[in-house]
Amino acid sequence: DSIFIDVLSAEFEEAAELLSVDPGASTLSMSASNTTTVAAGEGRGGGEEVKLDLSEDEEGQEESSELLGGQKAAGGFWTFEYYQSFFNVDTVQVLDRVKGSVMPLPGRNFIKHHLRSNPDLYGPFWICVTLVFSVAISGNLSVFLSQMGNPSFHYRPQFHRVTIAAVVIFLYAWLVPIGLWGFLTWRQGAERQIGGYSFLETVCVYGYSLFIYIPTSVLWIIPLEWVRWTLILIAMLISGSVLVLTFWPVVRDDTKVMAVATVAMIVVLHTLLAIGCKMYFFQIAVHSPTPAPTAPPAHITLATQPH
Amino acid sequence: LSDEASRPFAGLSDVSISEDIPVEGDISVPMGSSRRDDEFSTLDEPVKETILRDLRAVGNKFIHVLYPKRSSALLRDWDLWGPLLLCVTLALLLQGGSADSDDQGGPQFAEVFVIIWFGSIIITLNSKLLGGTISFFQSLCVLGYCIMPLTVAMAVCRIVLVGGSGPVSFGVRLVVVTASFGWSTFASTAFLADSQPANRKALVVYPVFLFYFVIGWMVLTFSPAQ
Repeated sequence: DSIFIDVLSAEFEEAAELLSVDPGASTLSMSASNTTTVAAGEGRGGGEEVKLDLSEDEEGQEESSELLGGQKAAGGFWTFEYYQSFFNVDTVQVLDRVKGSVMPLPGRNFIKHHLRSNPDLYGPFWICVTLVFSVAISGNLSVFLSQMGNPSFHYRPQFHRVTIAAVVIFLYAWLVPIGLWGFLTWRQGAERQIGGYSFLETVCVYGYSLFIYIPTSVLWIIPLEWVRWTLILIAMLISGSVLVLTFWPVVRDDTKVMAVATVAMIVVLHTLLAIGCKMYFFQIAVHSPTPAPTAPPAHITLATQPH
Repeated sequence: LSDEASRPFAGLSDVSISEDIPVEGDISVPMGSSRRDDEFSTLDEPVKETILRDLRAVGNKFIHVLYPKRSSALLRDWDLWGPLLLCVTLALLLQGGSADSDDQGGPQFAEVFVIIWFGSIIITLNSKLLGGTISFFQSLCVLGYCIMPLTVAMAVCRIVLVGGSGPVSFGVRLVVVTASFGWSTFASTAFLADSQPANRKALVVYPVFLFYFVIGWMVLTFSPAQ
């Protein structure tokens, strides 16, 4: 309850500030009440109507945040200030968003609760970079640890894996949000103003949802298979639920089939990423390819054949 | 009024020089040492002077990295010679290991180069986007010069590896690399952290930490060819 009031008061403040800046701006309202306020300057009547508008469920909040999100970017995309507006976060905000991605609670939409129409690119970018290196380094360590008793094993740093990890993770963190955002925007169609997240918010939530994989990949160094599978299940659960909780309110207005299909696709892609990383980077001892030792036994058997 | 105006020059009206006495003599203006000429035109100085001046500037900055204190020398007179020298040295030292198999070996020369320069550029962009007041090349200069402890650690590691690659040598290398990684991060944040607003310092320091961690990892996992 207190969170609801907090969000309400924050949204009211932002909406009032916006209206005071530009009294001529028309607020978009629910389709039910076309007569709601235009300017806060209308006095008591206007104030009341604004309050009523906001006391609706979160669809009211979504549209005002959509309005605010659209007015945040400054300048054209060729100016430096435009990109600076995406890095307008403090340390505590980044830490709070990371915490929100690790502990998803039902009812707390990541975008509404943590981003609050200030999506940043700092988190997604550096989380992806850290994930690339943590996966590559941990994978290298786990191969080394699993082969420690093997005398013919010669340690190799395997730096080409960093490149592969970088390509895969960055493609996932950018292409999937582009696809999802485009798909959702297309499905919104005529009702673009209600629901729907901006492109940056989608990228942001995907980037932060990858954070849980960083400690998971470090813990994957432990060579026990059941530990690894447990860890990956927990990580997928947490990460997937952040995404599902974020996108379900947007998708549920659609037909049932499409809604379920969209959410299922999000989960499946996320699962594929996790399992793909595990299979490629964390090979267990049995599967590591060592073609050299198999050659000499063949020679020996061939040599002994003529007898 | 006309009297007062003419009074300062009153004595001059008495001076006269007859036209048939030639006026001659020597006028000598004391010249400064030849160094003053160099400030305006370094074209005439010997090449050794030019090179030595740059080398002295580079060496001066190395000393500032060794003893990081809040001096602005590194920031004011930035140059990229030092970082280039360090980067090439480090990349060369990382060669010659596990060269028998291409796809499983250590980093190629180009990979080290790209990681160091690309990484520095990205960290600089990150700090500027977060609202830092340091200029682009100053930041590149600082990040490049602070690789020096890790380059020294690499040289030490190669020497240690000549003696053998058992657990003892690994322990020694681990200690050396960890110490130099900490030194690099500490030195660079001493220069960079001042230029950031107070509530974003950690956001700028973390990528620097990651950068030197990755370079330290490359140094530590270098294994010689058998």
